Parts: sequence; C-alpha cells; structure tokens
Amino acid sequence: MRKLLSAMTGLAGAALASGQALAQEIRNPAEEWEHLWDEVMMDITIIGVIMTIAAIVMLIKYRATSPDQVGTAKKLTTVQSISFALIPAAVFMADDFYLAANGWTVWNAYRRVPENAMEVKVTAYQWYFEFEYPDGTVADGLLGDDDLPKPILVPQGQPVVFRMYSEDVLHSFGLPYYRVKEDIMPGRITYVWINTEEAQTDAVLQCAEFCGENHSKMSNPIHVVPQDEFEAWLAKTAAEG
Amino acid sequence: MNTHTTTAGHAAVPAWKEWLLTTDHKRIGIMYLVGSMAAFGVAGLMALIIRAEQMELGMQIVTSGTQYNSFLYFHGAAMILAFLIPGLTGFAANYFLPLMIGARDVAFPRINAFSVWLFFFAIILALLSFVIPDAPDIMWTGYPPYSVNTSGNTAFYVFTVHLLGFSSILGAVNFLVTVIYLRAPGMGWNQLNIFVWTTVAAFVLQLVFIPVLAAAVTLLLFDKYLGTHFYDPSAGGDVLLYQNLFWFYSHPAVYVIFLPAVGILFEIIATMSKNRVFNYKAAVYPGIWGIVAISGIVWIHHLYISGMPDWIRLGHMVTTLLISVPVGILVLSLWGTLYKGAITYNTAMMYAASCLYLLLIGGLTGIPLALPSMTLHLSETSYVHAHFHFIMALFSAFALFGGIYYWFPKMTGRYADGALATFSFWMNFIGVNVTFWPLFIIGKEGMPRRYWDYEMFKDVLVMGHPFEDFHKVATVGAGIIAIGMIMQTYNFIHSAFKGKPAPTNPWNSRSLEWTHTVSPPGPGNFGDTDVVVDENWTPYEYNK
Repeated sequence: MRKLLSAMTGLAGAALASGQALAQEIRNPAEEWEHLWDEVMMDITIIGVIMTIAAIVMLIKYRATSPDQVGTAKKLTTVQSISFALIPAAVFMADDFYLAANGWTVWNAYRRVPENAMEVKVTAYQWYFEFEYPDGTVADGLLGDDDLPKPILVPQGQPVVFRMYSEDVLHSFGLPYYRVKEDIMPGRITYVWINTEEAQTDAVLQCAEFCGENHSKMSNPIHVVPQDEFEAWLAKTAAEG
Repeated sequence: MNTHTTTAGHAAVPAWKEWLLTTDHKRIGIMYLVGSMAAFGVAGLMALIIRAEQMELGMQIVTSGTQYNSFLYFHGAAMILAFLIPGLTGFAANYFLPLMIGARDVAFPRINAFSVWLFFFAIILALLSFVIPDAPDIMWTGYPPYSVNTSGNTAFYVFTVHLLGFSSILGAVNFLVTVIYLRAPGMGWNQLNIFVWTTVAAFVLQLVFIPVLAAAVTLLLFDKYLGTHFYDPSAGGDVLLYQNLFWFYSHPAVYVIFLPAVGILFEIIATMSKNRVFNYKAAVYPGIWGIVAISGIVWIHHLYISGMPDWIRLGHMVTTLLISVPVGILVLSLWGTLYKGAITYNTAMMYAASCLYLLLIGGLTGIPLALPSMTLHLSETSYVHAHFHFIMALFSAFALFGGIYYWFPKMTGRYADGALATFSFWMNFIGVNVTFWPLFIIGKEGMPRRYWDYEMFKDVLVMGHPFEDFHKVATVGAGIIAIGMIMQTYNFIHSAFKGKPAPTNPWNSRSLEWTHTVSPPGPGNFGDTDVVVDENWTPYEYNK
C-alpha cells in the first residue's frame, strides 16, 4: 500500500513538473484546439461509420420474406450476456480516458496564463464591453463614428490576458478566432488569454451568453497589431477619453 | 380498480364532460397527446419565425430583439416542458404502461386526472404570456441576473414550471406505485417491456430532481418580486448558484426525454423484427440504470464556460465522457435486436430506423462537447444548438411519432399508415437534415446561438460561403419540416376517423397491450378476465 502511495505521489509530482515546464513556453491554444478537434472527429467518424454500416446491413439483410416469419436470434448464455456488456464498456471507457487525457492537455494550454502576459481589464455592460489597459487608458467598445463597433487593439508578440467582470447581467467573452470563450458575471472575476504571435485583423469578439435585447449586437473586432501601431492607438484613445 | 376507470355507461353524460372528468388512463393519455401536440404546433411556429429571421442579415420578421427573445423563450420552454416531457411520460406512459403490465388502470386514477389538469393549466398559463404586455424573454433556462432585472414577466415562467413540476411529481409517484404493485400476477421484473423500464427510470429521475428545479425558480421569484438576494452578488448571493441548481435538474431531464424515447424504439424494433431484445438484462441494468446513476453527476458540462473552478470542470469531463458506457450498452442492445430478425417495414419502422441514425449523430456530436477544452469554443454556438436538437428534438420527437404510428391501431382501431404517412416521413427526415447540418458547420466557425443578427461575421467564410448562405439552407429545411408536419397532423386526424380498419394485433406483437385487449381497449382494459402471465412469458418471445 505504501509503495502504491509513493508511486502515485511520484507520478503526480512528475505530472506537475512537466506541467510547469510546459507553462514556460508559450502555447497556442487555438492551434491545439484544431488539432484536438481533428482527433475527436476521427474518433467519432470511425464509431459512426462502423455503427451505420452495421445498421444498414442488418436493416437490409434481415428483411422478412413472409408475414409469418419470426426472428431467429438465440437467447444469449450468461457468459455471452456479460461479455456483451463488459466488452463495449471497456472499449468505450478506454476511448473516454484517451479523449479525457488529450482534452486535459489542451485545457492546460487554455487555463495557464503565460507569466509575461499583458493584463487588460474587461467590464461588460448591457450591451457593450469596456477595456482598461495597464497604463489606465480606457477604450469603450461602443459604436464608432461610422456606426460600426470600434476595433479594440492589442500588441503583437506579448500574450494578452483579459480579466473580466460584469456590472449588470451575465455576458460572455467569445472569440471564435482564438477558439475560446468564458462567461462574464457580477460577483466573480474570470479570465481568458490569447496568444498574439501573429498579427491579425479578423478576430471578432462577441457576447455569447444571453443578455437581453441587443445581445446579438454586443461585439467588437479585436486586432493584433505591431507594437508601435498599438502604442499610437493607445495614445490616441487616451487623448479622446 | 375497475370502478374508477370511467364514467362511461352513464348514457346521460355528454361526451365533453366524460372526457374532462375522466379518470381512465387511456383518455388521460390522449388528453396529454392532444395538449402536447398543440404545444408542439405553437412552438414549431415560433421555430419557423426564428429561422425566417435568421435567414438574412438584419431584422426582417420580428419588430425588436425583445420580441425575438420571447419567441425563443417560448420555443424552448414549450418544446421541452410542454411537448417532449408530457408527450413521452404523459401520453405514452399513461396510455401504454398499464396495458403493458396487465393493469386495469394506474394506482391512483384521480391523482392521474389531476396531473393532466395541472398540465393543461400550465399550457394555458404559458399561452397567456403571448397576450400580456411584457412577455417573458429569459430563454428556457431563465438565468439570473437577467431574469431578475428584465421587465419581462418572469413569474409566468416560474408558475408554469411549478404547475408542470407538480404534475410530473404526482405522475411519477403514481406510475412507480403502479409498476411496483399492479403488475399482472406472475410478471417478474425481468419480464417487463423495455419501455416500462425506461419510463420507470424517467419517473425516478423526475421524483428526485424536480424539487431542485422548483426550488431554484422559486428563489428566482423571491429575488425578483420580494427583494431577496439569493442570486445577487452585491448582497452576498451568487449568480452561479442558479445555474448549478437549474442544470442539476435539467441534465437529468434530458434523460427523462431520452429514456422513454429509447424505450419506444425498442418496442417498435423488437416487434417489427419479430425478435427478442438483444441482451435484455444488460440494456436494463447497466444500460438504463447506469444512465440514471450517472445523470446526477454530469451537470457541470452545461457550465463549462460559466466560470466554475477548473477542478470541477475537469471532474465532470470524466463523468460526462463515461455516459458513453451505459449509452453504448443500450445502443448495442438496440442494434443487436435487429440481428437475425425478420423485419417488416411500415411507417413506425421507418421512423425507428431513422432514429438509429439520429441517435448516432446526436450522440457522437456530443463527444467533443464532453471535453471542456473543446467546449470553450463550441459552447453557445449553433454547433451545440444542432447537437441537442439532433438528440432531443429530432431523435426523441421521431421516436414519439414512430410510437404514434406503432400504437395508432391500438388507440383507434385504424391504421395511420399510407402514402401520406410515408411522404410526410420523408419530408420530415429530409427537412431535419437540411436544417441542422448547416448549423453544425457554421457553429464550429463561431456562429452564436440566440442571435437574431450576425452582421459581425459577414466577412467570415466557410467553404467559400458566408454564414448567411448556410442559414438560408437551414431555413429551407425548416420549411420542408413544416410541410411534413402539417401533412402528418392531417394524416393523424383523418386516420383516427376514416383510416383503414386494423385487426386487434396488426403487427403480431407478443406484448400484452396487443395480445390481451381489443382496440381501443374499453374501460378496465382487459374485459372480465384478469391478465395472468407464466414465468416463461416475455413481451419479446417470438422464436419459442
């Protein structure tokens, strides 16, 4: 028993150590998400195809040829009965633990914020977001002069963590581009971080938790831009604010 | 029990009064069917409006976001609470469970009548929310703080849930007592129809979990109208408390719908294949009861992005994935029942066969959603929307419709099969695929649920097309379903009065509801002689 315990502690320690090692390199959760998606799709496609073929074959093969015909399946013996429960249970359980292990790995990428991340405070209101940068500059996500939601900029290269809070009802910080989302609520602070190695102007932030009349309109483009461009934008925003 | 069953025989009583005051489980079952189909019709109309609104960018059909939200609220709440649950546990269980176990009625016929009245009051209350000035606009989940802050009338939601909850609890007690005490002499537990087992499991879930939902919505009512702060963090409450309580009921509620639907599927497939249920004991004990056992420890998968602590999200990832074990065993039994069968095809069997496909798609697309890391992106997208429609809306509704075709000769003495039935089946089957596959595809790219507009995604292309194109296809699919459903409803009504007459046991089933009663069964179900079964009898004994 003691041996088992020490083995388990050893394993846990090793897992923790490797986790710490991973946290130091900056991972790319969105990329890992796509990889996991492909794996899971492969997994469910295999199961789906096997079961579909089995169903179609049986539905065609075992058609009755006369109205009086009855099925001829034999009653299972006890050993067969137990096997036909345990074998699928074992197969599905093995698949479950395989998926759980992979899912857990990707989960760590999402939830372990790199140490050098820039912190942006997000406050959600019905129906807009507000962003506060480390230097105190506040950028509101209201509509701009062109009647479109204003883009929010973050600098390229440095990971960004959004610390989020709501002043009224539930909202959610959804960034499909980065394959991430987390609810925002009063009473608790939640967070999302993104890897900004690549500059982009395609990401759309959306509210993803039902929040009332203009829920569908609560959105901002989030652009990742080179450092100097970001600083110019921040200074301009500070001057306007 | 005979004396309680009906007031028929008093010739002076008018028919409407006879129906209204009935305590006969079969008539109560039909009342549940009529009520739930009415709810299905109205909620289906809401679905068409929602689909039409999403067809193009901008606002075309509804006049405000709030109106769209109240349609969404009604669609979800009515489909789940007033169509699927009453259709499966109200109609199907009421009509057929006593017949299947050889009982002359349920244990408490008057309480049964009270249950159906509560259900009708709930439907009336829900429909009234259309004519009040501030319709509820809180989705069927009713999350605070929005449901507390909104000017919409949350009380309608709460009281509808209360009425339906009481109705279900009374029904649950009634049917559990019925199955335990009123089985025909000689009928052991391992001789029950799978449908009886699944219904018992569903009622156990209702009995255990409904009080939690009732408590959750009652606290909501207190917060909104009496100024308490259960869900208000500014005064020490917690917004996540509601979500936990709500899903602690509402995940098991998925099985309250899923299990009886699977039960109906087993009945149709075993009868039409003239085959024994493959590995009966595995389907019942680790299968059905395995699902019941796990159902109460997986609710956090509805809260994967709600800001719950990481450790519990990962814990529920493992329990959620493990649902595949009992479901896998059930699925193997379902597939195995076809093995070496002698399959006859008719409308019921076509619905059953399509259910195998819907079950596969609905079940397997749930596997990514069991992983919190996948759900961080997929949650609240139309991927989730398509997934739960496949399993709850399509699989369960198709099983119910298959069941209606299967038992139609029992209820009316007539067939509902025919060209119209076949044609409307294909319309429905093609329609659901055209509607929901595009939603899977754009959901994976981030199309959010519960949006009446998606202008911010107008530059996002999937396979070279904007989201709008996919929404157009989905809306066409919804139109196809609508035509199919209208034809099917007409077919049911027409066939009930003018359908081709059917013999007592048209499918040559071995189950008691076919072998021991006339169609439709009269008061007391089994005439003058009580049903007795011997120890070798099973409802699936085709190949002696």
